[in-house]
Amino acid sequence: MMPVLLWTDALVYLLLVVAILFGIHAARHEHLRTPWRRVIRSRIGVATLVVLAGYASVGLLDTVHFRLQVEHPGADSSYGPEVLSLLDLALSGLRERQEVTYSAPFATHLYVKEAIEQPDGGVVRAYPRLQHGGAHLADPEADRAGDILARALLGSIKGLLVWAGVSALALWLSGRRRGESRRETRRETWNRWRAPGLGIPWITGLSVLGGLLVVSFAAAELAAAYHILGTDKVGEDVFYQTLKSVRTGLLIGTLTTLVMLPAAILLGISAGYFRGWVDDLIQYLYTTLNSIPGVLLIAAAILMLQVYMSNHAESFSSLVERADLRLLFLCLILGVTSWTGLCRLLRGESLKLREADYVQAAQALGVGHFTLIVRHILPNLMHIVIITLVLDFSGLVLAEAVLSYVNIGVDPTMNSWGNMINGARLELARDPIVWWSLAAAFLFMFVLVLAANLFADVVRDAFDPRIRTGR
Amino acid sequence: MIAYILRRLLYAVPILIGVNLITFTLFFVVNSPDDMARMQLGEKRVSEEAVQFWKQEHGYDKPLLYNSAADGLGRVTDTIFFEKSARLFVFQFGSSDEGRDIGYDISQRMWPSLAIAVPVLLVGLAFNVSYALFIVFFRATYVDLASVVLLVAMLSISSLFYIIGGQFILGKLFHLVPISGYDTGPNAWKFLILAVIVGVVGGIGSGTRWYRTLFLEEVAKDYVRTARAKGLGERRVLFGHVLRNALIPILTGVVVVLPLLFMGSLISESFFGIPGLGSYTIDAISNQDFAIVRSMVFLGAVLYILGLILTDISYTLVDPRVRLQ
Repeated sequence: MMPVLLWTDALVYLLLVVAILFGIHAARHEHLRTPWRRVIRSRIGVATLVVLAGYASVGLLDTVHFRLQVEHPGADSSYGPEVLSLLDLALSGLRERQEVTYSAPFATHLYVKEAIEQPDGGVVRAYPRLQHGGAHLADPEADRAGDILARALLGSIKGLLVWAGVSALALWLSGRRRGESRRETRRETWNRWRAPGLGIPWITGLSVLGGLLVVSFAAAELAAAYHILGTDKVGEDVFYQTLKSVRTGLLIGTLTTLVMLPAAILLGISAGYFRGWVDDLIQYLYTTLNSIPGVLLIAAAILMLQVYMSNHAESFSSLVERADLRLLFLCLILGVTSWTGLCRLLRGESLKLREADYVQAAQALGVGHFTLIVRHILPNLMHIVIITLVLDFSGLVLAEAVLSYVNIGVDPTMNSWGNMINGARLELARDPIVWWSLAAAFLFMFVLVLAANLFADVVRDAFDPRIRTGR
Repeated sequence: MIAYILRRLLYAVPILIGVNLITFTLFFVVNSPDDMARMQLGEKRVSEEAVQFWKQEHGYDKPLLYNSAADGLGRVTDTIFFEKSARLFVFQFGSSDEGRDIGYDISQRMWPSLAIAVPVLLVGLAFNVSYALFIVFFRATYVDLASVVLLVAMLSISSLFYIIGGQFILGKLFHLVPISGYDTGPNAWKFLILAVIVGVVGGIGSGTRWYRTLFLEEVAKDYVRTARAKGLGERRVLFGHVLRNALIPILTGVVVVLPLLFMGSLISESFFGIPGLGSYTIDAISNQDFAIVRSMVFLGAVLYILGLILTDISYTLVDPRVRLQ
């Protein structure tokens, strides 16, 4: 196995490291810990956090890329050309079980009629059996419903067992940390559910986790024998596609904000702190960028990237690398169009902060500009940064779908919800219609964006100082 | 007032120059006209003559910024920058890469765009404001909670699904309206109504939630308490006081998007096959017609700046506390 580090992978690892460092730093400082504690003590906060963590784990599994070793008889072993991820490995069954073309969810037969040769030499036009979906059934009509039910039940029981183990462990650990007896833990858990805000509402979090585990175990059990979300035009499993799209969606939502943060923070603070011509210049810069309609700027930039890529095709060693660079570039250009809002907020807040007494005092004591900004201004702006980061996420995930529809989004070869919708759109005119690609993209996007929106509201309420004083 | 507007207009000039420079850099410096010609003519095996001919045909065969071969003023004017970018300032868009006059196309295609964008704005505004007032009337009850849940859910659905869903339900299941297409004259409403409905429904989530926040902020203020203390009924308080004061942010939010209505909506126009400026831009993007994209970028920037100026002026008209310096 040879690890492959794509550009976006590197940035994801960087993001993880930064997040962990920030977490450790925040855990040591009471004033930083308080808002986060408020987030995980609200029921919606915990529930959405569990859902988002589920998505994040799928995305992270899909980020560890490598090439598999290919054994050649006699010759030296070499590495295959395909770049795979841990998720591909886990879903290798789904990835490899390709059909010929469309098939409906849980179908045992293709969606289109084909000419089938009969054993006696005649040709009949009929729906042929799928090569993989429900192939183990001897009599699909009679056995299918029972088999699906049995598998779903088995998967749910497995999920429940895992869930029981995890929840018992979590409750026991949390009880031990507070030094309670088991009975006290039980009573405390109920109390917290009835009166939220006192502690982590374990019941909410664990029931959402239970739902997720049961659904995903049942899906895994079913997906081993069926295409639970059908197959697309070239016979690829839609469930696999939509799981692969999770990483793309998450990356667009997080990396975009990450790449724009340095510029927004640096320029926003400088404009507010130094004022004068620096302020004028920076204001001019962001008004200019802002006045170009975002979609058109993205379109222009992506068009130019396409021209560049088609003229420099030789500098990309593989399709995956090319798609990855395009994704990174898309994040960059989305960042360019979206940093202005944060920059303006930070400028306004720095203008206010530089007049604060403690900043004036530090200035009078002769503290240098750099130290003053890092010690006194930046920490007091972090809540704006965090709120923006969380608020922008869902909008960016939605933007990806729209941009990919206009063909100025991610690379057409990359799995993304936008590309799924784009591909399925043309099939709506068919009769009977092919609805499952759309439904799959809709379901996964909706859950992610809904969770992100609700989570963003909780975070904003927890971090916004105006709301905090009101209670 | 007039001095202020004049100063704002003058301030717009350097911004437009900046926009122009950015697009110029994106379109001509990052990729040379040769690259564009090869892309248009199809990838690798293109003869040098074909590239040169394409460039000459489209007027890209000049130096970028400075023409040392020409005399006098021609050194500056006989260049790509002057011909393609600087002319935008006087709204001379030139011809597209296909040879059509962009200015004429824009003047033809802005009407269908407006025919959708204006009803969407007006109906959407009326609906969202009334719904938000309804929620605020029942604030802190289950009506409020259920509505907020509904709004957040609607907010989390991609606009693409509203369009696809609308086309499917109204067009395909019930055969009420044609799925897409456009017609001029009295029959146009049949094609427009679906796009308008989808546009309004798609905007309910974010719009109503925003107005609800605005109204709730106003409701918490002292003058509302005073109005209640005077013994005014809830209806009078909401319509006479809360709505009137919340109109200031609502109005300015509307004014800033007014000029951009001309640009149309990219996605829904191309879905519904309406020949407006939005689908014009989309087609240009997919046909890689750089001249049109460049013109639309510039036009969009002009309209955005116009919107900002109009917003500032409308502030002074509706809110006597704001004075322009």
